[in-house]
Amino acid sequence: MSAARAVLARELALALRSGGGAGLGLAFFLTAVLLVPFGSGPEPERLATVAVGTLWVAALLASLLSLDRLFQADAEDGTLDQLALAPLPLEALVALKATGHWLTTGLPLVIAAPILGVTLSLAPASMPWLVASLALGTPALSFLGAVGAAITVGVRRGGLLLSILVLPLYVPTLIFGARAATAASTGADPLPALVLTGGLTLFVLAGAPFAAAAALRVNLR
Amino acid sequence: MGLRVDALSCARGGRLVLRDIGFAVPDGEVAILRGPNGAGKSTLLRALAGLAPHSGRVEIDGRVPDRDARSELMAYAGHLDAVKPQLTVAENLQFWADVLGGTPGQALATFGLERIADRPAHLLSAGQRRRLGLSRLLLAPRRIWLLDEPTVALDSDALLALLGAVREHAAAGGVIVVATHGPIGVPADVRVELSAEAAHAAEVSSDPFLAGAWT
Repeated sequence: MSAARAVLARELALALRSGGGAGLGLAFFLTAVLLVPFGSGPEPERLATVAVGTLWVAALLASLLSLDRLFQADAEDGTLDQLALAPLPLEALVALKATGHWLTTGLPLVIAAPILGVTLSLAPASMPWLVASLALGTPALSFLGAVGAAITVGVRRGGLLLSILVLPLYVPTLIFGARAATAASTGADPLPALVLTGGLTLFVLAGAPFAAAAALRVNLR
Repeated sequence: MGLRVDALSCARGGRLVLRDIGFAVPDGEVAILRGPNGAGKSTLLRALAGLAPHSGRVEIDGRVPDRDARSELMAYAGHLDAVKPQLTVAENLQFWADVLGGTPGQALATFGLERIADRPAHLLSAGQRRRLGLSRLLLAPRRIWLLDEPTVALDSDALLALLGAVREHAAAGGVIVVATHGPIGVPADVRVELSAEAAHAAEVSSDPFLAGAWT
């Protein structure tokens, strides 16, 4: 097995075994979304107006939840030192770990979103666009989060600093992603917003590994 | 030829831990770093491995290696064993074999890990975990071994295995730099004495923020 495949396979194995973060994001997503009707009232019309925003905000916070351990666990047990000395470039390591995070956190949210959309009486016309915008937007959340996790890798209880650093960067993805899904229900053209979501993700995928690898190098000492 | 260190200085948290360290270890020889706690033995090994920012030159065969060359030439065993508690012994070792490019068979046998290969790593004792960490050295051929207190928690059998591995590596022309307090049973061809006071006399920066002490 090549080094890259080994890193990705290990990320998935660690996330899925006990103590991993795979179930955490999904559980948070389900709870947050299912609590909204209790707070805002169960009328379908009212729920429908907040459905897209709720699902997107919950997805965003769910993906933030397990990010602080992304590099910290490896830094604490010495794995990061060994990987920094391994033949695998740090940029590739970051990209693989962020991909692993998306596969175990972002992808389950994309799959769960339509079911939760029904419980929030999301307009049927919005459904495919919501799933598409989440599928295109959540990889950006994992990769931006990897930059924040790399910057805060040496900080104990860095979760707070991480959210402050990363949440503003999530805003464009949130705006365009939610816009694509709401536009579909109001009869507007959802494609421009969806394309912008995808474009943002591509930009982040291209840049984040380099930024995060640079931050990891600074934090090696 | 071999490893040559020239005027190496290294700061941690705004304090110079190492100042003007210089030594050379020819191929096939063992260097032992000695010094009291806090003298900078671990920092020196991390600097050699390129894991700590430093000034001065670290040359291998007369050239300063870049990151790719370092990863081909050096193996570092720090006091953290880089063992994932959720994975079994064999899975841990197989992962590093895949990353470093090698096979785990011989490494498992040398450090007596075959019997516990299927055991989850969180059930290992400190000594077993250390053996698993050290077995990584044997996965892929690396000419320069940097060992930080490798004998901690090892029993006599494991100590012998480590000695054998070190002797064999030196005989094959490898360079070994060991930081240790106790005797490790191989004669030191090169001795590097670090003292806690020499470096601490000088402050690099009085501003802890600029010096990175805030992290």
